[in-house]
Amino acid sequence: MNIPSNLQYSKSHEWIKEDGGLVEIGLTDHAQDQLGDLVFVNLPQVGDPVTAGEVFADVESVKAVSDVYSPVTGTVAQVNEALLDAPETINESPYEAWLIRVEAVTGREDLMDAAAYEAHVEKELEEADA
Amino acid sequence: MEHKTPLYDCHVAAGGKIVPFAGYLLPIQYSSGIVAEHLAVRRQAGLFDVSHMGEILCRGRDALANLQRLMTNDFTGMEDGQARYSPMCYENGGIVDDLIVYKVKENDYFIVVNAANKDKDFQWMKDHQFGEVQLEDRSDAIAQIALQGPKAQAILERLAPAGKIPAKYYHAVFDGEVGGIPCVISRTGYTGEDGFEFYLEAGRAPELWNLLLETGKDDGLIPCGLGARDTLRLEASMPLYGHEMDETITPLEADLAFAVKMNKDSFIGKEGIQEHLPLARKRVGLQVNGRGIVREHTPILADGREIGASTSGTHCPFLGRPVAMALLEMPYTQPGTKVTALVRGREVEAEVVSMPFYKKERA
Repeated sequence: MNIPSNLQYSKSHEWIKEDGGLVEIGLTDHAQDQLGDLVFVNLPQVGDPVTAGEVFADVESVKAVSDVYSPVTGTVAQVNEALLDAPETINESPYEAWLIRVEAVTGREDLMDAAAYEAHVEKELEEADA
Repeated sequence: MEHKTPLYDCHVAAGGKIVPFAGYLLPIQYSSGIVAEHLAVRRQAGLFDVSHMGEILCRGRDALANLQRLMTNDFTGMEDGQARYSPMCYENGGIVDDLIVYKVKENDYFIVVNAANKDKDFQWMKDHQFGEVQLEDRSDAIAQIALQGPKAQAILERLAPAGKIPAKYYHAVFDGEVGGIPCVISRTGYTGEDGFEFYLEAGRAPELWNLLLETGKDDGLIPCGLGARDTLRLEASMPLYGHEMDETITPLEADLAFAVKMNKDSFIGKEGIQEHLPLARKRVGLQVNGRGIVREHTPILADGREIGASTSGTHCPFLGRPVAMALLEMPYTQPGTKVTALVRGREVEAEVVSMPFYKKERA
């Protein structure tokens, strides 16, 4: 499982990367592995507000639809529209396939570093096996 | 408590993601994923464990008469080894299950039913049997493996004598063998491709499974899970019990007229089906023109009101686009009719199209 050390992670398996005033949001390698082959993404529009802990997008695999939660509160500055035609990019390179970039960030969830996130995933996998 | 099929250990060893389904623990997919498994069946070949399906024997002097009364199709005029699809109905015309009846020989029939329905089916048959007939549920003793795809025949030819391979679709050889393992070899499937289904003694299933995988490896044969089984049958517009059919839907509403012989003397459900004529609703195929995937139980709208709901839907890996099946009011069932699907509050444009969505090219 690939968990880059330069990112921060939410409990619901999103990653964020801060770059200047922008916060980039994507899905983790573990998330894409659990979802399976992605075939559709539904993204917000530039200017839409997002709220920490609330749904801002959904992704669909052949199996099912899953919500994507925003780890931060702010305004959508950019949308990765390339994903609309190539959702499989999220499976192929989850840490390059950002979904949105958020500006004017005013709040955020409690986020984890790579080590804490790895422990979180392992705990979830153990619970699923139990 | 879910049952394990005789191939459970093979699935775990091969990295199958195991889920409970119809009372069985089965792989939803293997490590290659649903899309790759789906495409393997369309382009090369895939192997499925379908041991959860039920097998019921129907034998005796009145076996045919019992089938004629229980099912909507007509089983007269069948050759030995021939198979015929049929719904089985309640008195009110709703569907108990859909199944395949094989004629083994005179007074000897082999019936394959859906896993989730097998106990209900067997009880229904027992409750309505008459005359000299023996019904026997052999589900626990029989395993079923499906080899599907354009390479299926070439793979099988390396393992079975030519005379034991059924030449025609919906025909079976009951005294077949594959690699020396005795089995029924049936030219049937649930994928829209050419292929075979093998019925055999449960204890020998792992041996046949591994032999087929090894033999077909260089042809691109891979194991496939329930996920690909569902996307393949949907892409081929094949109905699934619990989705396109249930106890509230008649087989004519489910667009299964080819398997309902209303001119047969009498059968259970005939009057019930008749009462639903002319049809008020029917199963249709939907092509999704807007952005989104229309899954089951999605409301379908037209003229500002709800005119039905989808019964199944997915993204089709081979066609590369989403499709759905739906039960719609009759005036909206003509191909070309524009409708709107309400996908989690979002309106997605769709259009009625003729089925099947996918049809294999003739060899």
